[in-house]
Amino acid sequence: MSKYKAVIGLEMHCELKSKSKVFSSARNSYNDIPNDNVRPLDMAFPGTLPTLNKESVREALMMAMVLNCEIPPYMYFDRKNYYYPDLPKGYQITQMHSPVGVNGKITIQIDDTYKDILIHDIHLEEDSASLDHYIDTSLIDYNRSGVPLLELVTEPCLNSAEEAVAFLEYMRLVYQYCGVSDADTKLGQIRCDVNVSIMDKDAKELGTKVEIKNVNSFSNVYDAINYEIKRQTELKDNGRYNEVEQETRRFDEETGTTIRMRGKVDAIDYKYFVEPNIPKYKLASSWLESIKKSIPELPYERKQKYINEYNLSEYDANIIIKNKEYADYFEECVNLGINPKTVANYLIVQIIAYLNKTNTELKDFYLKPIYLKQITEEVDNGHISSKQAKEVFNKSLEERREPKNYITKDNAQISDKDALISIVKNILDNNKSQIEEYKNGKSNLFDYFVGQVMKETRGKANPPMVKEILNELLNK
Amino acid sequence: MNTEKTIEELHELLKSGQITSEELVKESLLKSHEVQEKCNAFVTILDDAKGREVTNDLLSGIPYGIKDNYSTKGILTTGSSNTLKDYVPFFDATAVSNLAKHGAIPVNKTALDEFGMGGTGTTCHTGVVRNPWDLQRMCAGSSSGSAAAVAFGVYPYALGSDTGDSIRKPAAFCGIVGYKPTYGMISRYGLFPFASSLDHCGVLTRSVKDAAIVVDAMKGKDKNDLTSWNSSNIHLYESINESLKGKKLFYIKEIANLDNYPDASSELKEHLENFQKTIELLKSNGAVVDEVSMDITLLNAISSVYVCISCAEATSNMSNLTGIIFGPRGNGSNVMDMIKDHRTKGFSPLIKRRFVIGSYILQRENQEKYFVNAQRVRRLIVDKINEFFKSYDALILPVSTGPAPYLDGSKDEMTNDNTTILEEHLQIGNFGGFPSITIPNGFISGLPVGVNITGKCYDDVNVLSIAYGLECLMPYKNQIAKLREVKDE
Repeated sequence: MSKYKAVIGLEMHCELKSKSKVFSSARNSYNDIPNDNVRPLDMAFPGTLPTLNKESVREALMMAMVLNCEIPPYMYFDRKNYYYPDLPKGYQITQMHSPVGVNGKITIQIDDTYKDILIHDIHLEEDSASLDHYIDTSLIDYNRSGVPLLELVTEPCLNSAEEAVAFLEYMRLVYQYCGVSDADTKLGQIRCDVNVSIMDKDAKELGTKVEIKNVNSFSNVYDAINYEIKRQTELKDNGRYNEVEQETRRFDEETGTTIRMRGKVDAIDYKYFVEPNIPKYKLASSWLESIKKSIPELPYERKQKYINEYNLSEYDANIIIKNKEYADYFEECVNLGINPKTVANYLIVQIIAYLNKTNTELKDFYLKPIYLKQITEEVDNGHISSKQAKEVFNKSLEERREPKNYITKDNAQISDKDALISIVKNILDNNKSQIEEYKNGKSNLFDYFVGQVMKETRGKANPPMVKEILNELLNK
Repeated sequence: MNTEKTIEELHELLKSGQITSEELVKESLLKSHEVQEKCNAFVTILDDAKGREVTNDLLSGIPYGIKDNYSTKGILTTGSSNTLKDYVPFFDATAVSNLAKHGAIPVNKTALDEFGMGGTGTTCHTGVVRNPWDLQRMCAGSSSGSAAAVAFGVYPYALGSDTGDSIRKPAAFCGIVGYKPTYGMISRYGLFPFASSLDHCGVLTRSVKDAAIVVDAMKGKDKNDLTSWNSSNIHLYESINESLKGKKLFYIKEIANLDNYPDASSELKEHLENFQKTIELLKSNGAVVDEVSMDITLLNAISSVYVCISCAEATSNMSNLTGIIFGPRGNGSNVMDMIKDHRTKGFSPLIKRRFVIGSYILQRENQEKYFVNAQRVRRLIVDKINEFFKSYDALILPVSTGPAPYLDGSKDEMTNDNTTILEEHLQIGNFGGFPSITIPNGFISGLPVGVNITGKCYDDVNVLSIAYGLECLMPYKNQIAKLREVKDE
């Protein structure tokens, strides 16, 4: 790839959360029972008409604002006409003439660099039904028919698979942070079309664009782009660039290759025209204003806050913002008054490890922030040691009982200064020779004394206080 | 026959117990079979229809007919198309359920030109619908069965739908009243679509008052139809009055003046002269009627604009008819072949032709030239008419070029004049979503002819009042078709 530059554009489809579908009153939720979330429109029974879900429009507008798009003064929709068994009406209601947002721009961080991603448009449309293919038959499930879908189209402004995936991952976070979608690729809530071309580094004109349709995971996006760059590069290197055709391909997971679906001449004319059953309406500026105000803090904003206000390292902050649940948990703890660094440590060292090990999610995690506070508070008060805290943490998690049940007088840390002084004095009296060696420069014996105190108290002595007392007594 | 009476008369009879709803329904069914035999007006006759309780509601206990493109729960609804010949909806069209709330009783489903896409009543999958005044003639369409049945006196009213003139032209040819209110006054939910931006629900009756009563019951904002609007402050029946004093009407010279048709047939001549008589009648009763001129280029564009927009929307609207979810499953080794087979076998040639036109018009390379331009011209026409509405209450024009043509076209008197505008001008009402009503205004060759009154949007009361005032001056109110002896000369 040294001689060439790859140019990549993305179309990212994301299913939106809402109570009902975008153009019908059927429920919009994942459902194991096929054809259960269905109203007459979702199966295109004759005479049915679309309604419009205001919540979906609100979510779409919010995303358009997050992407710094221009918002049109009026809202209306178009029909995209084509025949396919997963499209009962024979057309999809979408936005072609006047998308909910155009000409946007968003800056994303890729490793240590920042890159502006240009957004061609973002538009609201409906999902198709889903098809299950068997050997001699196909089944149609209309649950997905009419689910609100937001399609984001970038300009061809990305130059590598890494950049493309970084953008997609960031956008997934943004959807989650804004609460407009769970953006779960495993449930097919995000699907991408990828456009790839290559060109000489110093060339002015773009190369021939190849579209790879319906790539359903970010790792497949990564592989598809790299495969396509390699394929086109080899052809170009061998003087066969004319064989790169403007065409639509699909990604084959098994072989990790892309396979031709149809060429430019077979391109479908979707015969777009304005949907006559949804009257064009003006977007009230007061509504737009209230949507704008309701945009929550986005990942990068939170990260800056964690670094600047809470003094977390960029490394830690990055881990926490990578998942909205982590970030929410973190902030809830901080709001409860727990030291941010302490929370970050718990989260990164213990909680995330636990979640990974048990393959569970934070929302099902037993130790809610208020419980975590029961532990950290006792540590801060010096009632338990950090070692004990860890035990309480594990016990509480294991037995699903509040941490305070495991913090008793019996295992309470010894923080009584006078009591500790007498214990320390006792230890020192029994270790005269070691004191001599320590004073002669064998400074690591300090830890030996600490250990002896801890041993004597069966771990209950407050370590910082022990160290303080030892310092006083040994160095006077 | 009782079924030949007006709604008000029937309500009195029912209230006073002189007749029961059950008896009325029986009479209506009997008459349905009679008209079915003669005119072939129905897709389904609901022989098990029962009487209903008579309340203070004018429509309670009274039978009526439903055009077979209105979805009726549990009742076969075909759109008069083979593609839906066995389709039984599981929900009612909003207009139908609204009428049910008023105690109305459907007794049959009336035949139409397949999916409303025709103006002759000859493309129904159940065969040709014949005119009850002369069985050799057409009813026009597409609300052919509804027009025939109402004219025959099966009941006081039947539902129609109107995309170009589908209520108002058959009404004229059958000597009755056809009214389509302002676009969106009646919800289209459950009406099989033809061209969504032009489709209107409406009614065929034998008097203006009956039309007002029925539309009062059908109308209302519907959460299932975003183009419907709240008309709860409009009470047509209570508001109409017959006074024509001070009403200002206009007609368009380029359409209605006999001078435009130097080679006019005798029927056309008679028709336009009769129209002038109607104008004189209006004037002598205190109305002002002006002849205005309109750009002939715009007028000549009406029918092409209509074809472009209606065919384009229809092509898309009817893409759901694949035989996969409903309708007879087509044959084929894969789903696309099955869809193709279903559509090839199911649609009549006329519809296929319109689909081809619509598809062509919507193609990327043609859309700007045909579809978008048609929308622009539609806007120009509507703007022009609205300009007139600033100084006039309504537009009045003759319907068609005379009485109903023969089903066998060779028998019609031909003219060399271009009469397209005269045949197609009712489409203006659909372009603008204007309230528009046709009432009978005379006879030519023993057959009824009609006059149309169209007003500005939301001004339905005014339009109906003018029609009512004019109706009161003429002897055609509540007329029943008198079948002429069929003579073979």
